[in-house]
Amino acid sequence: MGNQQPPRRLLRFSPAAGIASLIRKYGGEWWILTAGALIIVFIVFMTAFPRVFTRYSPLDQEAGGQMTAPSRAHIMGTDNLSRDVWARVVYGAQTILGVALAAALMSALIGIPLGLLSGFAGGIFDRILSLVMDSVYSFPGLILAIAFAAMLGPGVINITLAVAVVYIPTYFRLVRGQTLSIKEEVYVEAARAIGARRPTILSRYVFPNVIATVVVIFSLNIADAIMTEAALSYIGLGLPAGIPDWGMDLSMGKKFLPSGMWWMITFPGLMIMLLALGFTMLGEGLAEVLNPRLLEK
Amino acid sequence: MATLVAAIDLVKDFALRGSLFDAFSSHRAAVHAVDRVSLTLAEGEVLGLAGESGSGKSTTGRLLLRLLEPTSGRVEYRGRDITGLGTRELAAFRSRAQIVFQDPNSSLSPRMSVGQAITHPLQIHGIGTAAEQKARVLDLMEKVGLSPAQFLYRKYPHQLSGGQSQRVVIARALITRPDFLVADEPLAMADVSVRALILQLMRQLKEDMGLTYLFITHDLATAKYLCDRIAVMYLGRIVEVAPREELFSRPHHPYTKALLAAVPVPDPRARRDKNLPRGEIPSAIHPPPGCHFHPRCPFAVAKCREARPPLREIAPGHVSACILD
Amino acid sequence: MQSTSETILRVNDLTIQYPISIGIVRAVEGVSFTLADGEALGLVGESGCGKSTLGLSLLKLLRPPGRVTGGSILYRGTDILGLDGRALLAMRGRSISMIFQNPLTSLNPLFTVERHFLETIHFHDPSRSRGKALAATGKMLATLGIEEKRLREYPHQLSGGMRQRIMIGLALIMNPDILIADEPTTSLDVIVEAGFTELLANLRKVYKLSIILITHNLGLVAEIADRIAVMYGGKIMEIGSAQDIFARPMHPYTQGLIDCVPNIRLDQKELVTMPGSPPDLVSPPVGCRFAPRCPKVMPVCTERIPGLLEHAPEHSAACWLYERHG
Repeated sequence: MGNQQPPRRLLRFSPAAGIASLIRKYGGEWWILTAGALIIVFIVFMTAFPRVFTRYSPLDQEAGGQMTAPSRAHIMGTDNLSRDVWARVVYGAQTILGVALAAALMSALIGIPLGLLSGFAGGIFDRILSLVMDSVYSFPGLILAIAFAAMLGPGVINITLAVAVVYIPTYFRLVRGQTLSIKEEVYVEAARAIGARRPTILSRYVFPNVIATVVVIFSLNIADAIMTEAALSYIGLGLPAGIPDWGMDLSMGKKFLPSGMWWMITFPGLMIMLLALGFTMLGEGLAEVLNPRLLEK
Repeated sequence: MATLVAAIDLVKDFALRGSLFDAFSSHRAAVHAVDRVSLTLAEGEVLGLAGESGSGKSTTGRLLLRLLEPTSGRVEYRGRDITGLGTRELAAFRSRAQIVFQDPNSSLSPRMSVGQAITHPLQIHGIGTAAEQKARVLDLMEKVGLSPAQFLYRKYPHQLSGGQSQRVVIARALITRPDFLVADEPLAMADVSVRALILQLMRQLKEDMGLTYLFITHDLATAKYLCDRIAVMYLGRIVEVAPREELFSRPHHPYTKALLAAVPVPDPRARRDKNLPRGEIPSAIHPPPGCHFHPRCPFAVAKCREARPPLREIAPGHVSACILD
Repeated sequence: MQSTSETILRVNDLTIQYPISIGIVRAVEGVSFTLADGEALGLVGESGCGKSTLGLSLLKLLRPPGRVTGGSILYRGTDILGLDGRALLAMRGRSISMIFQNPLTSLNPLFTVERHFLETIHFHDPSRSRGKALAATGKMLATLGIEEKRLREYPHQLSGGMRQRIMIGLALIMNPDILIADEPTTSLDVIVEAGFTELLANLRKVYKLSIILITHNLGLVAEIADRIAVMYGGKIMEIGSAQDIFARPMHPYTQGLIDCVPNIRLDQKELVTMPGSPPDLVSPPVGCRFAPRCPKVMPVCTERIPGLLEHAPEHSAACWLYERHG
């Protein structure tokens, strides 16, 4: 029957051939996806095995001289408290990644189900919830995070909560919008026709078709959360002094820049940028890969 | 033959989202999609429901399955009124009465594989164990021409051809072994050669599985091939019902005659009748008074505007809603 | 049949391809045909046969990455493929026009009917006064059977049939030689469709039009076309007069197509079906593209491609059943 024969094993299974065909298939977007993924993997590695990367502790105030420029012993130099900057960078990754990931996860776990239910149920429930979400959404994100952080007080958990709240409406709006349009699709009517009840329709027909866009947003969300967290600790809200944090280091290093000591602010700054870039590239790359175009340029 | 499904005086109005002014007026405009339609389907027959856009045929099909709630009127399945069924009984009804949609690509979830889509009705109704379900699905897939079944089982809709996706939709509809199937323009999106295959398949399945069909179509040529009886709809009302031979050889209602004359014929020698009804199908929000067709009817008289013509018997088994002879 | 009429369009060995991720799609391969003045040619085939791609290429409307990779399209001796810029724009809508399947998306929702016409006229003939343009528009509307009051309406206020009539009016307002119609009635109800074909026949006489009708609807093409070309897998399988194609089809695909369409005037007990699916245009089968599905396939069919040869007067087919293959 025409071209429906099961595929013959033309190629031996080889990863190189696999990647080559993926690149051919998705072109430029694949580079973005891979690059983003590599950055993230690298930093996650750094988070998980910090001692592989540095033997200094970020809190050790006798790591080397005070405010020494980058050298072979301290590749990113030392700061005003004689702590090794590279160590602070390595361990700081744990903090920022942890907070950003946790916050994004929390936002998603609250925003997505609410969006699904609201979009699917409609009616007054939807109206009220949309109103609440739109109000929160209309606040500039950073201001809202600051407000919550100030309200909740210092602490890693509180910071995470403050950042999480900012993004709940993002997931809500996205998922609700998708749900509203998918609700009208014929296959949802078909699901009703075969006897599926509403929970089943939501979970097996609506949700799987919504999730593709959510994955993309999740990655971009983490990038944003990274920036927000860094901003919060830059201002001085949230984290206690002991925990190494890139945002805080940015704030501290700022003072010494006019004196020509650039490494204390530059490296944490670069890392923030790199990590956010990694997640952004992952998100954008996923967006293209999950919705492949039919024709290449 | 026992009556399997009966529609009694079905009415379906779709309320229109009005402007601010409508909120103040007592009369809300509505689309009168189905205007007192009554039908019966005998067990084992194929009833064609023919009409152009706006005729209400798709809406009627959905009403028969309670995918839409009627504004008034009722639907009976094996003598039982299904309009008032509770959730449990409605679920049972859904395993006995199914629908095949027009566009297979939009009636299949893009994220469900062929196997998952066809198995799902069995899961919903708790039929069989997982292994039994898979066996049954593979078996039905072969039967509808989805071959090799094992291979196509894991495929996703975007990997299938149009003909294959339509077969998946048919298989999904038939997996619970219903006795009543509503086919809503199942061929409209298919290629010419695929249409013939699906028609043939539907005929075959009807014999093998003892199905009763409501075949909704705008193409009378296909209706002639598949249907035992045909009901013609215009602007929400049934204008004529007759057995196949009767309808095509002795059509009574002027609209039916116009429809038959307008069907394109794949033969260069055939000429379409130039006596076409004037104008176009009017709006279903403000339909013409009396007989809906009278403004376009070449035979209309004053009386046609007065009252809705009833469906009267012209010949045995043949009714028409035209007062003229 | 105007066999003595001059040929106004000559397509020679046209090949159109477009690259996709897994290879190159050979949408149209080596297609040749002619169109005589005043003639209606039907291009018939199912989806994927290349007829729409071919239609678009006739007006150089093909979107990249699709491109013509070989052959020529000669309109009154000039190769359309060699035209560019102003010359091309002048030709479109003025010498050759095209109408498409869905009139709603082809019309500008922000323009009234009147504006559509005036803009079109003004673009091609800027020197024409508004008064003269309006007069021409009025005359066209009368021919189309549309009331004057519609001039001030917007596309969404019109019915589907009326929109399609407006489309035709716009296509013909500059009195072109050729009208290409790509599935013009697919979105129309059958009674409206009948009215449309009547209109088309009328316009053909009034404007001395040549028509290329692209469709999968055999009934429509039987009614309108003088000659019919049957396409499959990017190639023409058979070409001949409408009478010959329907009464004496040579190619098994043509025969299969005719057999599987229900004919309301006949009493058909069984429809003969054509199992299988259209060929993979990225790696088409060796030999005749229809061979995998052909009920009359022979060994040579899977080895070499038959040529489109005239096996009867004015009737050609690409099939080894008629060609010698020693």
